[in-house]
Amino acid sequence: MTATTTAPPTSGRTEAQEIHFKSDRAAKIRMYLGLSALVIWGLAPFYWMVVTAFRNVGYTFDSTPWPTHVTLDNFTTAFSTDRGNHFGAALVHSVIIGILTTAVALLVGVSASYALARLDFPGKYAVLGVILGASMFPGVALVSPLFQLFSNFGWLTGANYQALIIPNISFALPLTIYTLTAFLSEMPWELEESARIDGCTPGQAFRKIMLPLAAPGLFTTAILAFISSWNEFLLASLFSTKQTQTVTVAIANFTGAQPHQEPYTAVMAAGTIVTVPLIIMVLIFQRAIVSGLTAGGVKG
Amino acid sequence: MSAATSTAPRSTGTKPKKSKGLNAGQGRMGLLLVAPTLVFLAGIILYPLLRAIQLSLQKDAGLDKATGLFVEGGSAGLSNYTHWLLQKCGEVDCPPGTLGDQFYSALWVTLFFTVVSVVIELGLGMWFAMIMNRDFKGRALVRAAILVPWAIPTAVTAKLWLFIFAFDGIANKLIGYVGINPQLWVSDPWAAKFAIIIADVWKTTPFMALLILAGLQLVPGDVYEAAQIDGASKWQTFIKITLPLVKVPLMVAVLFRTLDVMRIYDLPAILTNGGGGTTSLSMLVIKQIQNGFHSASALSTIIFLLIAFTAFLFIQFGGADVVQRPPKSKKKEPEAAVGNPVAANATSTGA
Repeated sequence: MTATTTAPPTSGRTEAQEIHFKSDRAAKIRMYLGLSALVIWGLAPFYWMVVTAFRNVGYTFDSTPWPTHVTLDNFTTAFSTDRGNHFGAALVHSVIIGILTTAVALLVGVSASYALARLDFPGKYAVLGVILGASMFPGVALVSPLFQLFSNFGWLTGANYQALIIPNISFALPLTIYTLTAFLSEMPWELEESARIDGCTPGQAFRKIMLPLAAPGLFTTAILAFISSWNEFLLASLFSTKQTQTVTVAIANFTGAQPHQEPYTAVMAAGTIVTVPLIIMVLIFQRAIVSGLTAGGVKG
Repeated sequence: MSAATSTAPRSTGTKPKKSKGLNAGQGRMGLLLVAPTLVFLAGIILYPLLRAIQLSLQKDAGLDKATGLFVEGGSAGLSNYTHWLLQKCGEVDCPPGTLGDQFYSALWVTLFFTVVSVVIELGLGMWFAMIMNRDFKGRALVRAAILVPWAIPTAVTAKLWLFIFAFDGIANKLIGYVGINPQLWVSDPWAAKFAIIIADVWKTTPFMALLILAGLQLVPGDVYEAAQIDGASKWQTFIKITLPLVKVPLMVAVLFRTLDVMRIYDLPAILTNGGGGTTSLSMLVIKQIQNGFHSASALSTIIFLLIAFTAFLFIQFGGADVVQRPPKSKKKEPEAAVGNPVAANATSTGA
C-alpha cells in the first residue's frame, strides 16, 4: 500500500524498504513514534507560547495543556506604550532594517555568487575561503571598534538605521553568497550557453534567461537573509536607539507593571506576533529553505 | 583578502570583448563581479578587525592607580591581553568580582556549553535525521515542525524558556510529576547551565538534523541493501557504512555549531542574565565595552583568535571540508540533482 503511493522512480531505496516494512510492522510503528517525537519536539514549546499568549494574565502559571481563560488582552498590553515599551514601533524598525539589509546583501551578493558559481578566474577559491571565513566570523569581534566609530559619527543617537544595517550586512552578505552560489551552480546553464551562441552578451544571457530561472533561489536567499537580520540581537542591543530599537531588543527589555516582575503573558503575545510571520514563511517555503540551509554545508 | 581586492581591475571597468569566443575575459569578469563583495567585506569585517587589534594595544582612559591622576590612554603594549589572560589589573591581580576576574569562568562556561551542546545536538540530530531518512507520509508536516525552533528568534526563544523555567512554570511542574524538587533554573549554578543548554539544543538540533539528513540522502540505497543481504546488523550498518559516508557533512555541521556556541550571547544574556555563573565570553565583552573599549577590544580579539584556531583545527584535522569546489559548468543534470539532495528527494517523494 505504501509502495504504490510513495514509490519514487529515482530513489532505488524504496524496493528494499518495501520488503523491510512488510516483514517488520514493529519497525513502522517505531518510525511513526519517532516522527511524532520530532513533531512534539518542534511544536510543544511554541504551542505553550501561543497558549500563554491567549491566556488571562491572572492565570499565567495555569498548567492546563489546552487553551483556557482565553483573552486578547495580552496583545493589547504588548502594543501598549504605557509602561515604556514600544513594541509596535520596534516591529516597524525591524522590518525597515531587515528589508534594507536584505536588499544590500542581495544586490552586492548576486554578482559575486554568479561569478563563483559560473566563472573561472584567478583567486576564485581564495575568494570562496574569504566568504566562508566571513560567515564564521564572530560578530562580537566587531562591536568595540564599531561602537567607537559609530559614536564618533554620532550614529548612536537618533534614527540612524545605518548603525544597524551596516553590521548586519557583515553576516547577511556571506550567508547570501553562500546560499546563492549553491543555488546558481545547480541551474541548467546550458540555456545560457544557447543564449550566448544566439548572440547574447554574458550580461544579457544572465538577465534575460537565467535571472527569471534563478528567481526561486533568489527569493529563498532573501528570506534567509531577512530572517537572520530579523533575529539578530547582540549588535542591535548595542547599536539601536529608542528610534531604531528592533523587536528582539524590545522583547528582551519588556517591562511589566512592577520592576522585576516579568510580564510573561504580554511577552508571549509579543513573541507570537514576531514568530508567526516567520512560521508562515517556513510553512510555505519549507522545501526551498531546507535546501538553502543545507546547500552550503553538503555538496556532493 | 586585501590582496584579492587590490588585484581586481575596477578602475578599467571595460567589458570583455564579445568576439573572443564564449569563455574569453572570464577572469577579468569574475574579479569585477566579486570586487564589490570584497570591498564590502574589507570595510565591515577586515577594517573593524584590524582596528580592534589596534585599539587593544592602547590604554583605556581612567585613573592611574599609581598617581591617582586621570590619564587619557596611550600605548598599552600587551597589558590589555595580560589583563585578561594573566588576570592582572595594573600591577596587582584583579580583585574578585571585577570583570577581569571573570575571564576564566566565562571561558570555561563557554567551552562547557560548546562541548555539551554540540555532543547532545550531534547525537539527537543524527537520530532525527535517521528517523526522517525514510519514505513516509506527512514529510512536509514533520519538516515544517522541526523548522519552527530554527525560525523563532533566539531572543524570543530565551524569553519562552524563561517562562517555561520560571519557578512556578511548566518545567518545575513536569519534573514535580516524577518526584524532582523544583529548581531555580535561572540562578542555580547547575540548573542555569542546563537551562541554557536545553534551550540551545531545542533550537539548533533541527538545523543539525537537516544538515545530516542532506548527507544521509547522498548515500545510495543499494549500499544498505547489500549490507542487509550480507547479514550486517543495524548497528554494524550504522558504524561501518552510514558514519563513514556522512563524515564530511557531519563534520561541517559540527564545525558550524561549535563556532556558533563559542560566541553564544542571546541565551545567557536574556535567559539567565549571567546567573549561576553563566556569563559567556561574548557577554563579558559587552559588559566591558561600557567600562573601556580598549580592553574590550583585547577580549574580543582573544575570542576571534580562539574561534579562528578552532575552525583551523576542524578544517585541518577534523575533515570539515568546507571549501568544496562547486560543480563545473560541464556537469549534466543527474550530477546536479545529486548536488542538491534535499530538493531532489523532496520532489521525488511527492510529499
